[in-house]
Amino acid sequence: MSTPKGSVLVVGGGIAGVQAALDLADSGFYVHLVEKSAAIGGSMSQLDKTFPTNDCSACILSPKLVECGRHLNINLLTLSEVLSIDGEPGSFKVKVRQNPRYVDVDKCIACGNCAEKCPKKVPNEFDLGLGTRKAIYLRYPQAVPLKYAIDPEHCIYLKKPGRCGFCEKECPAGAINFKDTPREHDIEVGSVILALGFKPFDPSRLDFTGYGQFKNVVTSMEFERLLSPSGPCLGHMERPSDHQEPRKIAWLQCVGSRDINKACHGYCSSVCCMYAIKQAVIAREHSESGDVDATIFFMDMRTHGKGFEAYYDRAREEGINFHRARVHTVLPAGNDNLKLRFTGEDGKLREDEFELVVLSVGLETDPQVMRLAHQLGIHLDSDSFAETTCFQPVETSRKGIFVCGALAEPKDIPQSVMEASAAALEAERILYPARWTETRKKEFPPERDVHAEPPRIGVFVCSCGINIASVVDVQAVTDYAWTLPGVVLAQNNLFTCSQDTINQMADIIKKENLNRVVVASCTPRTHEPLFQETLREAGINKFLFEMANIRDQDSWVHQNDPEAATIKAMDLVRMAVAKVRGDDPLPYNSVTVTKSALVIGAGVAGMTAALSLADQGFPVTLVERKDRLGGHGRKFFRTWQGQEIQPYLEELVDMVESNEKIDVCLGSTIQEVSGSVGQFKTRLSNGKEIEHGVAIVAVGAESYKPREGRWNFLYGKNPAVHTLLELDQKFIKGEIDAKNLNQAVFIHCVGSRVPERPYCSRVCCTHAIDQAIHLKETNPEMDIFMLYRDIRTYGKREHLYQKARALGIIFIRYDLDNIPRVTEENGRLRIEVKDPIIDADVTLHPDLLVLASAVRPRDDVGELSKLFKCAMSSDGFLLEAHMKLRPVDFATDGVYLAGLCHYPKPVEETIAQAKAAASRAGLVLSRDAVPAESITAVVNLQKCTGCSVCTKVCAYHAVNMDPNTGKAAVDTGLCKGCGACVAGCRSDAITLKNLGNEQIMAAVEAAMDDIQAGQGL
Amino acid sequence: MSDIAKKQAEWQPKIIAFLCNWCSYAGADLAGVSRYQYPPSLRIVRVPCSGRVSANMILDALRSGADGVLVSGCHPGDCHYISGNYYARRRFAVLKRFLEFVGIEPDRVNFSWISASEGEQFAEVATEVTERVKKLGPARHLVKEF
Repeated sequence: MSTPKGSVLVVGGGIAGVQAALDLADSGFYVHLVEKSAAIGGSMSQLDKTFPTNDCSACILSPKLVECGRHLNINLLTLSEVLSIDGEPGSFKVKVRQNPRYVDVDKCIACGNCAEKCPKKVPNEFDLGLGTRKAIYLRYPQAVPLKYAIDPEHCIYLKKPGRCGFCEKECPAGAINFKDTPREHDIEVGSVILALGFKPFDPSRLDFTGYGQFKNVVTSMEFERLLSPSGPCLGHMERPSDHQEPRKIAWLQCVGSRDINKACHGYCSSVCCMYAIKQAVIAREHSESGDVDATIFFMDMRTHGKGFEAYYDRAREEGINFHRARVHTVLPAGNDNLKLRFTGEDGKLREDEFELVVLSVGLETDPQVMRLAHQLGIHLDSDSFAETTCFQPVETSRKGIFVCGALAEPKDIPQSVMEASAAALEAERILYPARWTETRKKEFPPERDVHAEPPRIGVFVCSCGINIASVVDVQAVTDYAWTLPGVVLAQNNLFTCSQDTINQMADIIKKENLNRVVVASCTPRTHEPLFQETLREAGINKFLFEMANIRDQDSWVHQNDPEAATIKAMDLVRMAVAKVRGDDPLPYNSVTVTKSALVIGAGVAGMTAALSLADQGFPVTLVERKDRLGGHGRKFFRTWQGQEIQPYLEELVDMVESNEKIDVCLGSTIQEVSGSVGQFKTRLSNGKEIEHGVAIVAVGAESYKPREGRWNFLYGKNPAVHTLLELDQKFIKGEIDAKNLNQAVFIHCVGSRVPERPYCSRVCCTHAIDQAIHLKETNPEMDIFMLYRDIRTYGKREHLYQKARALGIIFIRYDLDNIPRVTEENGRLRIEVKDPIIDADVTLHPDLLVLASAVRPRDDVGELSKLFKCAMSSDGFLLEAHMKLRPVDFATDGVYLAGLCHYPKPVEETIAQAKAAASRAGLVLSRDAVPAESITAVVNLQKCTGCSVCTKVCAYHAVNMDPNTGKAAVDTGLCKGCGACVAGCRSDAITLKNLGNEQIMAAVEAAMDDIQAGQGL
Repeated sequence: MSDIAKKQAEWQPKIIAFLCNWCSYAGADLAGVSRYQYPPSLRIVRVPCSGRVSANMILDALRSGADGVLVSGCHPGDCHYISGNYYARRRFAVLKRFLEFVGIEPDRVNFSWISASEGEQFAEVATEVTERVKKLGPARHLVKEF
């Protein structure tokens, strides 16, 4: 293959697509991100909160979207669709059609005047039609790009030119362009990532749900919008029929999932159990009356992810009702209420009335996406999800085209984010020779030394069209700014952020020799980077800058009090000027990167991560405590899809051993770690010192062996009792003679979901059922009983559960009050268990008893986490930086995690996570230097008493006691600039650069100065 | 209305609001984006984290003439810097008792959790805090008179 292209096409701008684009663009590839709607954000932007942390969805998503929107190496193509892809890995030719927006994105300032004046109201698809929007609209308030778009389906002018046209007249920026036309782009890329997401199942085809017939039956996605503060009822939670707060709500699970009868979807949608619990919890929180009766009707409660089971436990403690029943009819009742008919656990028919019914709809592939997949030659499986294998979890059937997110199987956000990084990694593996060949890099002139200069402050007061100027007297504020000490220039601009004003600002800084700049306009959260960049372009340090927020926090919130708003604006400008006067130029800190990785643990996760990096040319040291490669993978028989694991593992071991970039250290452990991202130094137990830029922790977990206690079940005492892994090993060695077994019993949840191990081990249901199927297929005469609590064969694994039942394997549910009793009669096993369906005790005499025992964290993982300053969760697994959006990063930069040390997971997820960790590590390794925080803490050694309070409050271990001086010392590579140490210091000895006490107080004192009579006003 | 009552109604206190960059400052922005109106009494100071705010800074604000102080950070568990808001909360609990002890009305100093998505809540808190401080009248205890 000739040199590949250095760019990648990502299709779909949801969280998976955005993550893949950011990973690629940050590690040296140019990305074309194609999104069919007017803004990126996908389904996640529609959610109110996310489980299990109850984080506000938009808040955690928005920074990623803004980053994506501003990225120099991401070409955002909204309102666009892929028409065709030709070529092969390394060189694809893509045709994209971009539909007209009718609004010039370079001019639109998102003031909203157009939408306010637009006379055409249409159902808002973002709120699933529950609310309305105008024909000119923003997809949602935090949309990226934050630009309006005209909906040609509904625009009066576009349908009949000459009519209406109000938006054009109202737009202060002249951004409306009714003459906009579709454009076709021909794009050349080296690889393609499909992140096309899912569509919520439409329950109107299931008549028993009453959806579409009764107003107060809504889908879960609709309910998200009803809960959302930016939704149609502004977060007040109203039911559609009468806009009253519902006091009794039911959730019906598995609507459009696990239903081969009517919905034709045999798979489990994986996420609905958790989102229903979350919605029930949030509904109770949101409720103004404070007493919402919430009931969830379910078949099996599938809370199989990290932190999910604890969330379920808490929901039950808080009084949310869980009913194990599939509701068969939703009927109308008086007062727009709904009557549900269902069978109770005792088998009797029951009825209950609810004020609102939420259908927990499943995830399915959009028919449009199916057509696109067909057009692109991507195979879909029988469930219409992209076909992948356990060993290649992000590869599609077409080489060079990868998949991530819900397109491959229903999955939650962290799993999608993980796969997005894994897909990015696969693209990088093909394209690494072309890294940095198509990316652009911003160049800045050298910076002027302003240390010796007296402050020469320039103040730019923005009118923001009329957003500020209609309330605040901007001319008076500008005149007032001239009077402030140090100010040598003040001017008013219509739009300070417009390209021409930005250019002008750079010229003024140079011409007037400004050395400090204040912009009084909108919020620094969106615009500070833009203005700071302007300072750099004009040759001064970007930290010599402050913003006064006179729009979001002034003109917009005091619309009826222009006088007070103007005085406040003057105060805010005076505060900003007082603060900027004390600002110092700060270094753009960076750390040179040692371009090699340390991978700890040589199981499937560790070996996959090591190979993923080594294949891109980065040297890797792979450390394994045992004396051979393979880890726990050695003990597994096959994946749930039926591929044997041992041959795959042998291949993996061979590849690792023959890869000259990988240095394998067997029988070694980590003794000491120093340094931080870019420059770690680690000493191994064999005395070897390794310098590395990043580290990936993949130390795995252990299988729980119930040697005593209530989960013992004669394990270790009767030879017929096995754990899942022990049976797998017998399968591998061919030591099980299934033909001579009459009966086998599997007990699920052995040591999982119990007070001492309150999490679900995720893998055991699928694993046990697959083993049972293997036995049954070998000997169809054998009776097999599965004693379970909830079957958690999530996603496509549900098909195994269906197959097992079809084969005649019998499932008996038990609960913690009725744990199966296992005894011995002359060496023969006897199991008694209560079958809740026939309401009677059943006695079994198996020749084989298999315990689906828990996956437990390794005991020594705590020491390792301390060495790398990583966090651990309360159940002993390692804790990622953010449960939702940073699933493979640690809070400590440059350290990543993969595999079972994070949480129990099957091999396909382990491989995806290892690749994701490699992708994240690649962000560091692909650069010569990585930026470090500039606003960091500094210790005044004269004042420091060595009390060490600062070292205790620092969450990043960035402050340590220097043993030589006995005083605190800050590691600027680790410091994040939060200021906890500054506030904690008893002797005023530690300060934050440009955010010291004096500087903050200068702003506070400035706020108190009263404006002198006649000044400004 | 008596003259005094009128003056009281017109009087607008000045309240220093230390808002963390990641949650509460964003919440204040959202209040603006959503056009929730609140009294023009707040002077917002953006800090990286509520954990950056020391008791001294709050006292200094009162000393320089602020009639009230509001410190607002991310909800428990949401801190961008892992644990800063917990430190803020602890510091605040101690400070509250101290204020009472030295004779400053505890209602002058307020603490809240406001996330980046809680624009309406921000406006509500701003209104409530303003009303509370208004009832107490101008703060003179710590102000140096020359």
